[in-house]
Formats: sequence, structure tokens, C-alpha cells
Amino acid sequence: MELAFVIEKVVLVTVIFLITLGIAAYSTLAERKIAGFIQGRVGPHRAGPSGMFQPLADGGKMFFKEEIIPAESNPWLFIAGPCLALLTASIGSAVIPWGQDLVIGDRVIQLQVADINVGILYIFGIVSLGVYGIMIGGWASNNKYSLMGAIRAASQNISYEIAMGLSLIALLMVTQTLSLRGIAEQQAGFWQNGWFSWNVFCQPLGFLIFLVCSFAECNRTPFDLPESENELVAGYHTEYSGFKLGAFLFSEYINMFVASAVMSTLYFGGYNFPFMNHLGLSDNVVTILGVVFLFAKIFFFIFFFMWIRWTIPRFRYDQLMNLGWKVLIPLSIANIVLTGIWITVKDLM
Amino acid sequence: MESLSNRKKVLEQKPMTFGEKIYLPSIAKGLAITFKHIFKKRETIFYPEQERPVSENWRGLHSLKRDEQGRERCTACGLCALACPAEAITMTAAERKKGEEGLYREEKYAAVYEINMLRCIFCGLCEEACPKEAIYLDGPFLEADYLRKDFIFGKDKLVEEPLKS
Ligand code: SF4
Ligand code: SF4
Repeated sequence: MELAFVIEKVVLVTVIFLITLGIAAYSTLAERKIAGFIQGRVGPHRAGPSGMFQPLADGGKMFFKEEIIPAESNPWLFIAGPCLALLTASIGSAVIPWGQDLVIGDRVIQLQVADINVGILYIFGIVSLGVYGIMIGGWASNNKYSLMGAIRAASQNISYEIAMGLSLIALLMVTQTLSLRGIAEQQAGFWQNGWFSWNVFCQPLGFLIFLVCSFAECNRTPFDLPESENELVAGYHTEYSGFKLGAFLFSEYINMFVASAVMSTLYFGGYNFPFMNHLGLSDNVVTILGVVFLFAKIFFFIFFFMWIRWTIPRFRYDQLMNLGWKVLIPLSIANIVLTGIWITVKDLM
Repeated sequence: MESLSNRKKVLEQKPMTFGEKIYLPSIAKGLAITFKHIFKKRETIFYPEQERPVSENWRGLHSLKRDEQGRERCTACGLCALACPAEAITMTAAERKKGEEGLYREEKYAAVYEINMLRCIFCGLCEEACPKEAIYLDGPFLEADYLRKDFIFGKDKLVEEPLKS
């Protein structure tokens, strides 16, 4: 392995990590602003020009708060919980292709940390690991509300992972590859062979199921049962304070970012944008524009997460389970069958 | 039974139709409503810089009044304290000395007059009870503070500014 390659990757990892943190931090502000706008308020606006420094103020506050570790808890697991949540949230972005290759001189720089050929499986593994942070934290708190929140998180994630996986299988039948880069490349441009090239147009039902499941996997409203404030007193993070609480809250926003990136890549063409190959621009400009478009898509999805949060009330627990097991799983199986028929018919023609 | 007010409504609970069961149309409707609200006028009043207009008979902080010659009107009769439902007012009376006629209107005056603003419910009964028209609730809002003791307002904060001549 040559040195330039290592440097390239280290820089890329650092940049992506910083961007992730920045976006997560500013998502907290965006969330409060959007909540305010939807409710006819202005949201935080005192810290800096129209509240721009609010995330810094919040972070400072989290750092200087007293760290309380409950006497009856298991201190190691209590600390491990938020660390694991933060870790699993931030490694998810490693396989996302942020853009096409940049060419500088005769070096080709891939805008992706790791182009592994099982990218989707990796994301899937990370997502299912993510619930351990919540489970361990909730269990180690030795508090019945936290425990209930942890149990809810575990059962909710397991139930929705099935539907999510099944909806992905239908997508993979269409794309024939597990590599995220491969999937992104297949969706080049916007219009191909007489049909939209983005996967959402050949897998609309699959996308819908995937969207609902990612809300559940990120523990966002309407599926934020693990932390439902009014029944579980904040659920799994009831006993947390200071920076450990901050880590839990932060990991939720990072998850949201990664989920938005995955959705944009899988279904909305990733870094591809309409007419990208017909504008007569040089490859590097197209690559950079592609990154910009990918982030625009991601921001739209993050906004969508928040928009939903301030529109729909929380589901009841039995409704959540009914929706997961009795609606989404049968639907996604039907989607697989339909996709299979469609592919066969298309091949015969 | 017949409804007397004619406002009785009989609610029917029909089973949900398929369109209602899949939620999505109603979710889209809800999203449209909240999206419209993003562009509506904000109701926020930026308090310390802006103040909400109050009505004419609005009751704010108390002030102890002076008469036309700048003398304190209060005679420490204690009727306000007696009328107060929240037990917020206390006072100590003193006798006016020779030479203090320019300061106090009556022979007896309140040497100490304290209102505990955390107890006060701004009902205005003290204002109504006062026979000397000495106390009025015509001040601004009560501002926040850090210590409980700072909410006990003495004469330094309550009595009106002396007349300028
Ligand atoms: S306004 Fe009411 S509560 Fe307040 S001091 Fe006067 S009588 Fe007491
Ligand atoms: S304010 Fe009025 S009612 Fe109260 S002690 Fe003074 S004169 Fe009496």
C-alpha cells in the first residue's frame, strides 16, 4: 500500500467525520428551528445571528453539566452504552459513495472511504449494532423506565429490520449488486432506456417500506417509542446526564444523516443528477456538482425526518407492532414477488 | 332524552375505509398543513426588546403614590395588608416628626412597607382597599431575579419618584 493512498483515505475519513459531526450538530438547531416555524414560533435565535451558535452553546452546556452515574447501576456498561451508540452511528458512513472519481493529475481519487462489494450488508450490520448502545445503556441504568425503553428499542428494531431487509431484497433483484457504488453508478443521469433511472421509480413500494423502516430504525417520531417522554420519562436515557446524554442525542442525529445518505444513494440516484452527462462540463466539475446534489438530497431527507416529527403523533406500541409485522412484512414480500414477475416478463420481452 | 340546548350531536363511528386505513393520504394532508405553517406569520414577541400591548386596566407592579405636593400619601392604616388575600404586604408604622410635613401627608406614615412579589397574585384588592388612594398597580411586568429575597420590594422600589420642581 503506497503512502499517498493512506494519506488520501485518512484525509477523506477526517473530512467525512467532521462533516458528519457538523451536520449532526446543526441538525439539532434545524430541528428546533423547524419545530418553531411549524408551530408559528421562531425557534432559538439568541445565540449568535439568528441562533447560529446554538449548537456550540448546547455542546458547551452538555460538557459542563454534572455527570451522574447512578449508584445501583453498572458503571462500565453505563459508560459503554453511549460510546457504542456514538461509534456505531458514525462508522455507517464509511461505505457511502459521495461522488464519482476525482482526477487530479494522473491520480484517481475515489470519493468513498471503502468500496466493499457488500456495502449494503455492512450498513445493515451497523444498523443492527446500533440498537446495542441503547439496550446496554437502558439496561445498565437500573431503572424500570430505562429498561422498558431499551426493550422497546430492541423489539422495534428487530421487527423493522425484517421489513427493511425484505424491501432491500427487491431492490437488489433489480440492481444485481450489493455494492453501493455499483448501485449509484447504475442510476446515472435521470433518464435511461425510456424510463427514469433512479431506483425509486422502479421500486416505489420498496422505497416507501424502506422509508418507514428507517424512521423506526432511527427511533424518530412517529416511532420514537424507546424515548417517549410522556410515558417513559425519556426512556433509555432517563438516568443519563452531561456528555453521555449528549452522545445519545448526537448519535440519533448522526443516524438520521446516515439514513438519509443511504436512502439518497439507494433510491434517489446518489450523486447523480439530471442531464449530468449532457452539460458538456469536465468530469471533475460534474463530480463536485454530484457531491453537492447528493448533499442536497440528504438535506431534503433530514428535513423530511423533522417535518414528519412535527406533523404526526407517536404510534401506540401495539399499533407499531401491527404495522411492522402485519402490514410492512407482507407488503415487502408481495413487493419481492411483483419485482420477480416484472423482471421475468421484462427478460422474456 | 331530548336535548334542551339543541346542541347535541350524535357521533357515528363508521369502520375506516381502505383509504383511511393506509394512513398515507391523511399523512400527506397533515404534511401539507404543517408545510403551510412554515411560511405563516410568526407569533413570537421578542420580550425584553418588544412588549405585548396591555389593556387599560391591566395590573402590573405596585407603586406608592405621592400627592400634588410630593408627599407620600400612605398613612400605614394596614387596610391593604388586611385586604390582601395572599398575605403579601407588611408594614411598620411611625409617627411623623416636626419638620417632616413636606414628606408625609398624614401624621402617621409607613416607615417600612414591603410587598413580597412572589406571594402577590396581582389581584388589585390592595388598590381597592386603600382609603388614601396611595397604592396603584400601574407598573411594568415583574422581572426575573436570582434570589428570593430580591423579590421582597421595599419602599425604595415602590414609592414614586419625588416630584421635580
Ligand atoms: S395585588 Fe392583591 S395579592 Fe398583590 S399585594 Fe395587592 S392585595 Fe395583595
Ligand atoms: S397603602 Fe393605603 S391601605 Fe395600605 S397602608 Fe397605606 S394608606 Fe393604608
